[in-house]
Amino acid sequence: MPDERKKILEVHHLKQYFNVGKRDEVRAVDDVSFDIYEGETFGLVGESGSGKTTAGRAIIHLYEPTDGEILFNGRDVSKLHTKAEMHEFRREMQMIFQDPYASLNPRMKVKDIVAEGIDIHGLAKDDADRTKQVEDLLEIVGLNKDHSSRYPHEFSGGQRQRIGIARALAVEPKFIIADEPISALDVSIQAQVVNLMKELQVKQNLTYLFIAHDLSMVKYISDRIGVMHYGKILEIGPADEVYSHPLHAYTKSLISAVPVPDPEFERARKQVAYDESLEKDDKKRRMVEIAPGHFVRAAEDEVAMYTQRAVDAGLITD
Amino acid sequence: MKNPENVIEVRNLEINFHTYAGEVKAIRDVSFDLRKGETLAIVGESGSGKSVTTRSLMGLLAPNAEIKKGSIMFHGEDIIKKSEKDMQHIRGKDIAMIFQDPMTSLDPTMRIGMQIAEPLMKHKGLKKKEAIAQALEMLKLVGITNPEGRINDYPYQFSGGMRQRIVIAIALVCYPEVLIADEPTTALDVTIQAQILDLMKDLQNRIDTSIIFITHDLGVVAGMADRVAVMYAGKIVEYGTVDEIFFNPQHPYTWGLLNSMPTLDTEDGSLSAIPGTPPDLLEPPVGDAFAARSDYAMKIDTEQEPPFFKVSDTHYAATWLLHPDAPKVTPPAEIVRRQQKFAEMEMQRPEPPIKNATKE
Repeated sequence: MPDERKKILEVHHLKQYFNVGKRDEVRAVDDVSFDIYEGETFGLVGESGSGKTTAGRAIIHLYEPTDGEILFNGRDVSKLHTKAEMHEFRREMQMIFQDPYASLNPRMKVKDIVAEGIDIHGLAKDDADRTKQVEDLLEIVGLNKDHSSRYPHEFSGGQRQRIGIARALAVEPKFIIADEPISALDVSIQAQVVNLMKELQVKQNLTYLFIAHDLSMVKYISDRIGVMHYGKILEIGPADEVYSHPLHAYTKSLISAVPVPDPEFERARKQVAYDESLEKDDKKRRMVEIAPGHFVRAAEDEVAMYTQRAVDAGLITD
Repeated sequence: MKNPENVIEVRNLEINFHTYAGEVKAIRDVSFDLRKGETLAIVGESGSGKSVTTRSLMGLLAPNAEIKKGSIMFHGEDIIKKSEKDMQHIRGKDIAMIFQDPMTSLDPTMRIGMQIAEPLMKHKGLKKKEAIAQALEMLKLVGITNPEGRINDYPYQFSGGMRQRIVIAIALVCYPEVLIADEPTTALDVTIQAQILDLMKDLQNRIDTSIIFITHDLGVVAGMADRVAVMYAGKIVEYGTVDEIFFNPQHPYTWGLLNSMPTLDTEDGSLSAIPGTPPDLLEPPVGDAFAARSDYAMKIDTEQEPPFFKVSDTHYAATWLLHPDAPKVTPPAEIVRRQQKFAEMEMQRPEPPIKNATKE
């Protein structure tokens, strides 16, 4: 099935190493490739240390990639040299951070936090226009204009995350990287923020890269999911399919560890153990499309096994 | 009411915090029991008072906290009336605690073997050599690989999950009667979380400890708890067995919590978030504190505080919806689904199934 949708982001063989050439070299992201289509939500899940946050930061060009290509709207992100090009890129791609306490400057008023991007990019005609834009943004994220002259400490965690979202939206981005945007929030507030993000996506035609370890929430918000482990993506596929019919052993193990709010289910739960040696042999592996749109990182002699699993799961017919 | 099964009995606890803004009424008339060998989960949002409640059991309240009323009975003695010196004999020996963040609850400058041995030397009067030997046994018990080689390592040499195992080893080394676990797995990955939870269950079976488990993750509660208490705005609003709370919840706040979580089967459409934010406890609202955020609030909810209504011998909920005169309401669809399941479970429960019984 050829995909007619437009790719907004293409990541090809991205490698992000730290301390290159030294004894303590860390291969945080090691040969990762994926595409994100315009208007979709791509969920990146993995345990801490899997490299998901590093991947996100490399994409928004906070790091200089060790190797590989990141194409945003067809342009290579690491080849943006002039300040103007970088400016334009940063306007189109924005980030929402995990910790709503650490990501807002405590000494700035909300209106200045939200308007910082507007100022940098010169998006406001005059002061009145700036104020109007800020007030509109606050309204969009469910705060009111009275909040604009307050400081971050006067807000709850959920409200702060809304301020962070308003700040990201201020420059009218096309693409937002949300790095664990709800992990620090209470359950009842998480749902509010997720609903807000979904609503904004439709209204403003946003594309999200949603990075998280909370698998049930990622499945809910994402169209497609990539599973990372030890710096590599092991499986990519439609969210529902990856959840109900994981093909890679690691994905199976990860999903079996998610607690479910159902005592009956929990009593019967069997956690699937994962044998890491599976990834540690020296076989050459690449992403293989096992079922339509469903990729698994596999060596040549493993393809048949994964194909069989997909057949058993009813994803493909023989 | 004395029940020999109860290890801890908390009655009518009220705790205020003195702040510049005024008195924050953090705990407002909380009563509960902890039974021998059980796991009691306390769930609620941040600020609902779950941590403050359990810290009061340890005598670890902040200096600006004041216990206004109530009692905490442990072995027939009121913990609240105990001096700091007495508490030091209880803390770590009879009642131990596991904190959320294993990064900050270990001493970075002390070898882990010594950190585990310390309570033994302090409470049991063991010599250093014996204590270290027991610490080694404990390290094996919590599943640290190569314990002999690692007993002299420092905390920074361990991963987050391993550190939490060490924290658990410290908490359990004196075989405490009560273990308070305050969000013990929140900082950990799901796979590590599953391992730590299994470890806690396993150790509980071996040394028959009662556990108070504080968390906001309902999935974890479903797997760990025997009984559950739901807290909101400084009060317990509903408590019952784990099945009763998950399959037959009565309080609109419990409904909201269960309803706002996507399960792995949640289809598209928006999540049912609980609107608004928890109330300010400087001036707690009159009546049912949840009324302002509830779709099911009635006039009386804003006027008078609901008492506990009995649902079953083990299940109580403080909501006016259970009053005989209250109108019948239909809970959210997800809750109805759960209640149907509960009805089915009840049908099967009354008598143990007869072996080889045949169905027509």
